[in-house]
Amino acid sequence: MTRFLTSRVLSLAFVLWLVTIIAFVVIRLAPGDPSAVMLGSDATPQAVAEFRAAYGLDRPIAVQYLAWLGHIVRGDLGTSIYLGRPVTTAILERLPISLTLTLGAFAIAVVLGVTLGLVAAYWHDTWVDRVVSVVAALGLSMPSFWLGICLIYLFAVRWPVLPSGGFVEPWIDPAKSFRHLVLPAFALGYLQSGLIARMARASMLEALRGDFVRVARSKGVGELRVVVKHAFRNALIPVLTVTGITLAVMFGGAVVIETVFTLPGVGRLLVNAVVRRDYPVVQGTLLVVAAWYVVVNIAVDILYTASDPRVRLRAS
Amino acid sequence: MAEGRRRRWRGLGAAANVALLGLGLVVTLIVAGPYVYTKSSTLVVGSERLRPPSVAHPMGTDQFGREVLARVMAGGQQSLRVASLTMVLTVLAGSALGLVAGYVRALDDVLMRISDAFLALPAVILAIALMAVREPSEGNVVVALVVVYTPRMARLVRGKALLIREMPYVEAVNALGARLSRVLGRHVLPNAMPEIIVQGSFIFGYAILDEATLSFLGVGPPPPAASWGNMLAEARYLIRDAFWISFFPGLLIGVAVLATNILGDGVRDRYDPRKGE
Repeated sequence: MTRFLTSRVLSLAFVLWLVTIIAFVVIRLAPGDPSAVMLGSDATPQAVAEFRAAYGLDRPIAVQYLAWLGHIVRGDLGTSIYLGRPVTTAILERLPISLTLTLGAFAIAVVLGVTLGLVAAYWHDTWVDRVVSVVAALGLSMPSFWLGICLIYLFAVRWPVLPSGGFVEPWIDPAKSFRHLVLPAFALGYLQSGLIARMARASMLEALRGDFVRVARSKGVGELRVVVKHAFRNALIPVLTVTGITLAVMFGGAVVIETVFTLPGVGRLLVNAVVRRDYPVVQGTLLVVAAWYVVVNIAVDILYTASDPRVRLRAS
Repeated sequence: MAEGRRRRWRGLGAAANVALLGLGLVVTLIVAGPYVYTKSSTLVVGSERLRPPSVAHPMGTDQFGREVLARVMAGGQQSLRVASLTMVLTVLAGSALGLVAGYVRALDDVLMRISDAFLALPAVILAIALMAVREPSEGNVVVALVVVYTPRMARLVRGKALLIREMPYVEAVNALGARLSRVLGRHVLPNAMPEIIVQGSFIFGYAILDEATLSFLGVGPPPPAASWGNMLAEARYLIRDAFWISFFPGLLIGVAVLATNILGDGVRDRYDPRKGE
């Protein structure tokens, strides 16, 4: 089991290294230069040259990459050209906001998705199933920002019961923070619950048809216990996989939701950096997002091996 | 055999037929609409600002007195252009790379590791980052989306190609001495087609959604050209007074993407013998 996890960690570390190449090369090879944005179009060639020298933009790409990689390894993502501050600091300041949003949305997505999936599987091919499939399909198709705007309209404008945006740290005022989080977390979570619901339904349907379910029922085990204890536990593995994917990609959705609800998170940082051509920030954010993906995947692998004896056996 | 025929008779299923109708209506509105409803999408009329939907203004007007219906149609044309082009290019590039990876062992590892790295970044985030290095234009949005989706497409085609290459019929044509190009073009590609078509339809939907997202975030094609995303970006500050400006473009995105997804599911179910039993 340790060997299995070690090899997974190594391969994910390799993925992270490849992402540094994507983040660096793709972005640096492009036309356009931060000096043009920072200094304006009527800057003298001398000012441009000085700016480029100051940020190391005049060195060969390979040298720039190695220097950058050397700094990353030490936790230094460079200095933001626009903010004039370390990228690491800027990201760390905003990370709690994005993480709070992501985890809140994740909780909603899992609870909603698994419940919908179980209900649809138990009453499959009835109207319940069809309603769930419509709810899930809507989640997969609706633009998150539109859902966000509609929620703001309904619950902050029409019936003003919740704030329309902004962020309050949960460790400062938990109740207020929760109220600020409800709408954005729901907008993000609902959209991702569709995928989980679909997987939970399919996997649960298969489990409910299993012989062990028939055995449990014939032994006289209560229906709720059959569903939750016997069927659901066996249906859990594929659901776990898709949940992991959800948590990993949710960061992408958070970018948009942060814009709708004016949350100063990592997503806002990225979008602003793109508009300002602040390359170090764009690269740093990409790496943090990829690191998040890697961490989530390792966590899923550990849960995998812990929860399924078959995986445990194959790994050892 | 009889069962296969019955499956063909069944068509795509009721849901997919409704979806086809819905998508047809949206496309008709976007493509033919401007010939019927000829008002300009960019004409500013100061006296007609923020009018709610009425007979004179079917979807109301925005903060500059521009017709929301005209802008929805213009934005829709852009969405359709971007999504169609993205789908075609992704299908071509993804199929080519996937076939190569599935058939040339030496390249398989390299290509799949590169795609791993691309998959570690959520599609929207990578597309936003790619827009950092390009001018915000329609063509560059297509480029960014194709770069983002191609690894996903390639993985799918590769998986299918790996299965097909072990099939007896491929073994047979190999034994007959067929050239690699013939094996790939006449045998592997046609048999991977159902998956490619289904995935292509999903990519069409994702592209509509992601193009709208990029425009909404202000890194898509620039105003004053209307796009569903930038209409929503401008309108969200006005929801207090004029909710209709946000409502209609969002609704059309939702309908278009939902219809595409259901249609994709319908096609997949039809080609998948395990489904629908």
